[in-house]
Amino acid sequence: MDLSLSTRTVGDRTVVEVGGEIDVYTAPKLREQLVELVNDGSYHLVVDMERVDFLDSTGLGVLVGGLKRVRAHEGSLRLVCNQERILKIFRITGLTKVFPIHTSVDEAVSATD
Amino acid sequence: MATVELRFSALPEHVRTARLVAAAVARRAGVDEAVLDEVRLAVGEACSRAVGLHASNDIAAPVRVLLIEDEKSFSIEVGDGVPGGAGTDAAAGAGLEGAEGGDAEGEDEMGLAVISGLVDDVEVTSGENGGVIRMSWPTAAAPAVP
Repeated sequence: MDLSLSTRTVGDRTVVEVGGEIDVYTAPKLREQLVELVNDGSYHLVVDMERVDFLDSTGLGVLVGGLKRVRAHEGSLRLVCNQERILKIFRITGLTKVFPIHTSVDEAVSATD
Repeated sequence: MATVELRFSALPEHVRTARLVAAAVARRAGVDEAVLDEVRLAVGEACSRAVGLHASNDIAAPVRVLLIEDEKSFSIEVGDGVPGGAGTDAAAGAGLEGAEGGDAEGEDEMGLAVISGLVDDVEVTSGENGGVIRMSWPTAAAPAVP
């Protein structure tokens, strides 16, 4: 399965819905999308990963890169994920301490801290 | 001899194929269903890393994956063609620092970090002909009958 991406705006947040597999082949697409959003002035991003089937370290690298970009503009990058198989990858790499991870888009969109 | 041997051009689009094949052979070998996700992820990481190493070292040779089933375990060996490439100690302490720089080396280290976090039995070696990441998982007593 390939990567699918769609974006929508909720208040001052931009929600990026990601589906499919994020790996060494597809991660550049996600990187382009995040870079484009930041270049267009969207600094508060919510990446919805509920439809992601597979995530590897290349994908993690892209998310960390996205976080770095929004932080340069005092923005935020929040993740939405309830899938244990995906959460595990964030845990073993210590990235659960780096990203705020929410259980729903609503929660992520209204989070302020 | 390996149960299944796979060679693919060092291109990102083929890593998914390697994941699918590895998971299929692992399942047949009797690796627990609950662990198949780990197998998929670990072999993907090892192959992504090899693809990156081949690209950055301009190596035309394919990436080599051996899937080996024996009585009590299932092993995967992913070999790159870069002498001295895989034999780093990065697996132990790899993590964010490199990755935050967003460079290829950082992703490479994060890949090894994921592998070492996922797989209990992993060995990274390097020789004149290139580096090898070897990973093993226990299998159920009786392998699936065809």
